[in-house]
Amino acid sequence: MSLTEVQTVGTSVEAASVQSIAGRSPWQLAWRRLRSDKVAVASGIVILLLCLVAVFAPLIADATGKSYAEQFRDTGLTNQGLPVGPSGQFWFGTDDLGRDIFIRVIYGARISLFVGLSSTAIAVIAGVIVGLYAGYFGGAVDAVLARFTDTVLAFPYLLLAIALAALFGPNLWMVIGVIAFFSWAALSRIVRGQTLSLKEKEYVEAARAIGSSPLRIMFIDILPNVMAPVIVIATLLVPSAIVFEATLSFLGVGVVPPTPSWGNMISDSLSWYTTSWWFLIFPSAALLVTTLAFNLLGDGIRDALDPQTERIFAGRRRRKKSLPIEGPALVEPPRPEVDEV
Amino acid sequence: MDFLRFLTRRIIYGLIVLWLISVATFILFFVAPPDVARTLAGKGATPQQVEGIRHRLGLDQPLIVQYFHYLNNLLHGNLGTSFYSGAPVTSMLKGDLPPTLSLIIGGAILWIIAGIGFGVLSATRARSLIDRVTTTGVLVGYSMPTFVLGGLLLFVVFYQFSKAGILWFQPGYYPFQESPITWLGRMILPWITLATVQVAVYSRLTRGSLLDALGEDYIRTARSKGLSERRVVYRHGLRAALIPVTTQLGVDIATLISGAVVTETVFNLGGVGQSTVQAVVRGDLFFILAVVILTATAVVVANIVVDVAYSFLDPRVRLT
Repeated sequence: MSLTEVQTVGTSVEAASVQSIAGRSPWQLAWRRLRSDKVAVASGIVILLLCLVAVFAPLIADATGKSYAEQFRDTGLTNQGLPVGPSGQFWFGTDDLGRDIFIRVIYGARISLFVGLSSTAIAVIAGVIVGLYAGYFGGAVDAVLARFTDTVLAFPYLLLAIALAALFGPNLWMVIGVIAFFSWAALSRIVRGQTLSLKEKEYVEAARAIGSSPLRIMFIDILPNVMAPVIVIATLLVPSAIVFEATLSFLGVGVVPPTPSWGNMISDSLSWYTTSWWFLIFPSAALLVTTLAFNLLGDGIRDALDPQTERIFAGRRRRKKSLPIEGPALVEPPRPEVDEV
Repeated sequence: MDFLRFLTRRIIYGLIVLWLISVATFILFFVAPPDVARTLAGKGATPQQVEGIRHRLGLDQPLIVQYFHYLNNLLHGNLGTSFYSGAPVTSMLKGDLPPTLSLIIGGAILWIIAGIGFGVLSATRARSLIDRVTTTGVLVGYSMPTFVLGGLLLFVVFYQFSKAGILWFQPGYYPFQESPITWLGRMILPWITLATVQVAVYSRLTRGSLLDALGEDYIRTARSKGLSERRVVYRHGLRAALIPVTTQLGVDIATLISGAVVTETVFNLGGVGQSTVQAVVRGDLFFILAVVILTATAVVVANIVVDVAYSFLDPRVRLT
């Protein structure tokens, strides 16, 4: 029996004993909790379906042989020129110009999800970088960040967004830019707060002692530990970005016709709800279902990552009633084991 | 005297913020100016005519001169005149304010009362039917965009009732002085629209912080003194629980104003919000500036009030 063989046997025995206790990283635990949360799973499925519909909207449109801007003046409008209701030909009915609302709603999903996801991505990247920097180094960046966040939080930014839209002309990129601009600061404040406490931890000190560069400490040592709140906030930022886009489009300064957005469809429909309820109801339902699904999923993720916090939409309460929470709850975000090399 | 010093400092700070915001708006307007003079001159105007209008509006002067001219007027209480109607901004605002104030004040009252009320109800009856109903309401209300709710209310309430011959809930504003009853009917749906999302947030917040407060030691002391449950909850618990709610209120004045813009548009109330959207799209600088300054003032004042309110709610808080 050679030495290597002994070693192999040793490790396999060790592995077997570890397996029987089944060590799991906090991320795995969170994932298990999330999977057992029926509401979150259902919301996740709804979001997945929405994404599929959005991605394949052109294919679906091709399959039905209609496009979102096509006006069916003969079949899509009644003799009096009114929209026609839901039928086999037009699932969600038609709008005032005889366009197919179903096709327009699925194209609207493209806009909504694209704006929601891309502006959140930008906000998260900017927020994390600035937050880490401000928390780790403090100083001028920190002070500017604090003032900026205060101003943003207190300013009726819808007005500013409208002003920007008017100045630069309403378009999709401007909408994404505006949403990202107003979202990143709140996120970076939270990252900053976490970084502030994490940088005093022993393991960061250890990293510093072995000569890790600040950049490495920020992104390799600290970042994984602030990911939990970042993921939760990001999930909740998506629906608010979607609502913001829809609001701008509703006011006529976001996505402008003929490109369909749920916001501009609802805006058009408000002159028609007395004769054509479907025109109002379907885009509204699409928007509501989307925001609800993202909010519920975000809530579920929060719950899964940190079982101690209270759910926003608590169906069942887990907190023991007699147990007071003393001071602000200090949340230790789960730390993935892979990073502790 | 501490209080006076606090107030003075906050007011000075507030004035600086206001000044910065007015400068920022002015600059923003000149970074990418909509060509007001050309729009006013109309199609087919000669360059001389456009230039004439530009000169009349003072737009041909350097930015800094225009700004000081504006600031000088402002300090004399003159907010300038609209590029388009030529009317003084002050008188335009006067016409637009009644619907907006009706909307904002009524909406805020509904929002605070319903938000805190539902929060207290579900906290004191945790896990009861009413708690669950409130929670579900919060769930939907929180995800409901303002204009979707407005549209649905118009469809479900106004339209269905008017089909049944009840024409009370109509869109459009009706002056309070002429008929308070009609005014009320016109305002109810806008108030609900404006308040719903906030009611959801506030009832959640109140519920959480009241449950936290009720777990504190001084509540146990109050109970062991033999105080009635009502007194314990409302006098001792709720008072402390309202602190986070008050903080949120200070922040949310801005949200309220944004919500008002959308609500006015849905219900066609013809208030400041609707005029602002129009002014912004057309580039009516002085109207925009007036609204921005008004809103910013509201936000600054609200925040000072909130800070003062802290010290009344919680004796441990000192104004510094």
